[in-house]
Amino acid sequence: MKRKQRKKNVLPGFGLTMGITTMYLSIIVLIPLSMVFIESSKLGWQGFIEVVTSDRVLHAYKISFLTAFSAALINAVFGLMIAWVLVRYSFPGKRLIDGLIDLPFALPTAVAGIALTTLYAEDGWIGQFFTLLNIKVAFTPLGITVALVFIGLPFVVRIIQPVLENIEKEVEEAASSLGATKKQIFTKVIFPELLPSLLTGFSLAFARGIGEYGSVIFIAGNMPMNTEIAPLMIMTKLEQFDYAGATAIAAVMLVVSFLCLIIINLLQKWSRKHEMQSE
Amino acid sequence: MATDLVKNEGKHIHKPTAVKKETNWTKRILITVMFLYLSIFLLVPLVYIFVKAFEQGSGVYFAAITNSDALDAIKLTLLVTLITVPLNTVFGIAAAWLITRFQFKGKQLLLSLIELPFAVSPVIAGLVLVLFFGPRGVMGPLFSEFGIKILFSTPGIVIATMFVTLPFVARELIPVMQAQGKAEEEAAISLGASGWQMFVRVTLPNIKWGLLYGMILCNARAIGEFGAVSVISGRIRGMTNTMPLHVEILYNEYQFSAAFAVASLMSLLAILTLTIKAWIEWRAEKQLTA
Repeated sequence: MKRKQRKKNVLPGFGLTMGITTMYLSIIVLIPLSMVFIESSKLGWQGFIEVVTSDRVLHAYKISFLTAFSAALINAVFGLMIAWVLVRYSFPGKRLIDGLIDLPFALPTAVAGIALTTLYAEDGWIGQFFTLLNIKVAFTPLGITVALVFIGLPFVVRIIQPVLENIEKEVEEAASSLGATKKQIFTKVIFPELLPSLLTGFSLAFARGIGEYGSVIFIAGNMPMNTEIAPLMIMTKLEQFDYAGATAIAAVMLVVSFLCLIIINLLQKWSRKHEMQSE
Repeated sequence: MATDLVKNEGKHIHKPTAVKKETNWTKRILITVMFLYLSIFLLVPLVYIFVKAFEQGSGVYFAAITNSDALDAIKLTLLVTLITVPLNTVFGIAAAWLITRFQFKGKQLLLSLIELPFAVSPVIAGLVLVLFFGPRGVMGPLFSEFGIKILFSTPGIVIATMFVTLPFVARELIPVMQAQGKAEEEAAISLGASGWQMFVRVTLPNIKWGLLYGMILCNARAIGEFGAVSVISGRIRGMTNTMPLHVEILYNEYQFSAAFAVASLMSLLAILTLTIKAWIEWRAEKQLTA
């Protein structure tokens, strides 16, 4: 206790950094965000429910959640695979591939949006192959999913990679010398280790997917009751100066995002516990 | 015990070769699938941007990136980035210092709040800033009294970008400073260094790579931010058009080559970002092995 007290006094800057951090965070993020709840309360409970349960808005939520969920699922499967290949195998061009994974973080979303839209259009480089199969990608929910797969790609890979690197070879060797098959080692030894991070990566990709706007609006086509996403509904209401309506839609999305954050935090606690147990 | 191990190893000498053959096959399949997946989703789109940009020749390309609207958009994007990145860097260093060097109540909550902008849709970020700084908002009337316009002008775009990119630097620095520990800084202070001396001579050299990494990520996102800026800018040509918004306008006007030309500039910046990142990681690895 005494030591703690002494340490506290040695390093300078507590007041200064506390001041900067809380001020900046409050002015830029917290106070403006609190406006969502103030503004949507102006509608009253009845009005709020009316806005967020109208057919068009409900459909937009459904599209947003479904496409974000499918994209996150695809990214979980392939992200796990890519992380595995990058950690366990060596092959020419590995460094380049590893660097390329972060492209969706670095590339502006609007740029990704127009590139994917023209690529996956009916006569586009990739879209033409889908046209042969009679599948339309651009301007359908499938197109939205493609954009969200692009955006969410790095999340799972980057979270799994370090965990996979830290799994000790000895554990696998022990399992192998005890007669476990490769498949058994993966499902019984490696996969349980990876599960918490895999779920965290999934939730991060999902949360990013529901809110994503820039890459989606180009490829979505934005037809009401068909390919309209929730963030676009907010835009539409804003353009009609329906601030309260826009805010009501935002409030529901924020609640879902907060739930995602809480789940991610719990998952990370779980994975830390997991690590401690395995040590 | 030791002999047991040796025995076990001897027993399995032929088995690993069988396993190896099997993994060779899985290895080949997995690597192929990965290449296909990454090609379709990452490589082809990236190459395609440049192909499209030069589709109508370099004349059209250079005209698209040097006309006055494009130049205005480039200038505004640079201005926004030049304000946003330093401010978020100061915030990031302060927040990381506070969180990794002191014990206080509500630390966990503060950490979650710093990450909050990542969980909020950029469109919602724009919306709340409109509500807050708009004519009907809390701060709007106050600012307009002093003749400062926030919405549909540069300050609004800057604030929206600050909102969206706020966590980047702090997020990179916190784990780095946590791992570093505070012993060196405590030593500097107890040897009589001032707070500033300690920061410049001890803290900064230790965190410089993490700091640089956070800054380039923040920079990339600041250049490319679309949703939040789109809500707050009003999209006035030559006034409040950033590069991504300019791309959108050109695209919606079916000027595809011009849209992709401006997009290719931003893609070059993205490639540069990835290269710097790879270089930082390569350095860190070399330092570890050295």
